[in-house]
Amino acid sequence: MDFELMINSFPKLLNAAGVTIKLLSVSLIVGLFIGLLFAILRLNKNFFINKFAYGYSYIFRGTPLLVQIFIIYFGFGQIEYLRSTFLWVILKEPYWCAIIAFALNTGAYTSEILRSAFQTIKPGLIEAGQSLGISSKIIFYKIQIPIAIRQSLPAYGNEIILMMKGTSLASTVTLMDLTGVAKYIISTTFKPIEVFVVAGGIYLFMTFIIHNVIKFLEKKYGFN
Amino acid sequence: MELLAFGDTGWGDELFRATLMTIAVSITAMLIGFSFAAIFTPLKLSKFKSFNLIANIYTTVIRGVPELLVIYLFFFGGSGAIMFVASMFGYNEYIEINAFITGSFAIGIISGAYSTEVFRGAIQSIDKGQFEAAKVLGFSKFKQFYKIILPQMLRLAIPNLSNVWQITLKDTSLISVTGLVEIMRQSYIAAGSTRDPLFFYSFAAVLYLLLTFLSMKFLNKLEAKYSRGY
Repeated sequence: MDFELMINSFPKLLNAAGVTIKLLSVSLIVGLFIGLLFAILRLNKNFFINKFAYGYSYIFRGTPLLVQIFIIYFGFGQIEYLRSTFLWVILKEPYWCAIIAFALNTGAYTSEILRSAFQTIKPGLIEAGQSLGISSKIIFYKIQIPIAIRQSLPAYGNEIILMMKGTSLASTVTLMDLTGVAKYIISTTFKPIEVFVVAGGIYLFMTFIIHNVIKFLEKKYGFN
Repeated sequence: MELLAFGDTGWGDELFRATLMTIAVSITAMLIGFSFAAIFTPLKLSKFKSFNLIANIYTTVIRGVPELLVIYLFFFGGSGAIMFVASMFGYNEYIEINAFITGSFAIGIISGAYSTEVFRGAIQSIDKGQFEAAKVLGFSKFKQFYKIILPQMLRLAIPNLSNVWQITLKDTSLISVTGLVEIMRQSYIAAGSTRDPLFFYSFAAVLYLLLTFLSMKFLNKLEAKYSRGY
């Protein structure tokens, strides 16, 4: 064990963890909106809207995240038309490409989590709202959404941790996140175990924090 | 379409072989994962606290650290570790381990952590009376497990194991960073030489979708077979 290397690489890796956290939080926020939108579309009775939302989640959950990043980063750059539009400003940056891929990916999983949460809401609660003369819009925002959020917390917590691990793929499109820097240090020093212990430790610490925050929220918003 | 032609003019046969490689790596990794689960599930269920701790460290670390980092550990550390062991026996030449073995081992360890949790959950949800009845009827320990616990455990575990299979199958795409020619690596090579990344990566996505779709069909059948009578 080379402890000196571990101590020296710790600040570098911690810095890189900042990039990981930034990637994670931006893609989670965008992904949550995408997930909510597609969960609502899934509950729509129109056949085509329903199938469209199902197709989206099926494709993004059935293919590896790596393929999705590569299609967006390497693939979209090939379309001449895109290069002439303002979208190119975003799509030429690996940072935004990674965020788009992560957000679409987590959006697909989130839509499934929220859909099943909406479906487990007891119809009696909605009927109670209707009989009290509350408009369907307010029933949705004030009754269905809060209950769905509570129901989906445990599954969403898992999704956050999976996404945190997913952000490591940003290193494949030249971004220097925690895994990217770890790989760089490993390939220059050939000390994989030491670097793995430090980088893995930082990841585990983040997992630990996320896990406990979700547990706290579950308790706070619990029914009993 | 001529890009996908078989033979020297297209990438059809290369991609076909790459798909077979992905399937081979996934199955090998899944089996390696099962052997890890066979070791760690009993440790998880053991009465001894220190055994529990070992198994919990394994599953927590593996499930809390990105797959890519584990793969880098094996890729860069694998031959070093083997060479270290070999040097103790007096062999000091450079040893390079095959990318297939390193890759399947790395993915196998990850898949094993998920399988361990699945098996633990399945065994724990078997009715306690089943264990007691088996004991009372005088079955040997070995027979208790193979004839009574295992069949019930499989029925409960198969739905979750198909999730583990999906995760494992998708994780194999990450081995492409070590240079093993599976779907992702082959698409990378093809995209580089034809300058048509959009087509090849989309085609890779289609191949993965096809694999997940077909394996789901098969696993659903298996699930139905094992839940006969329920």
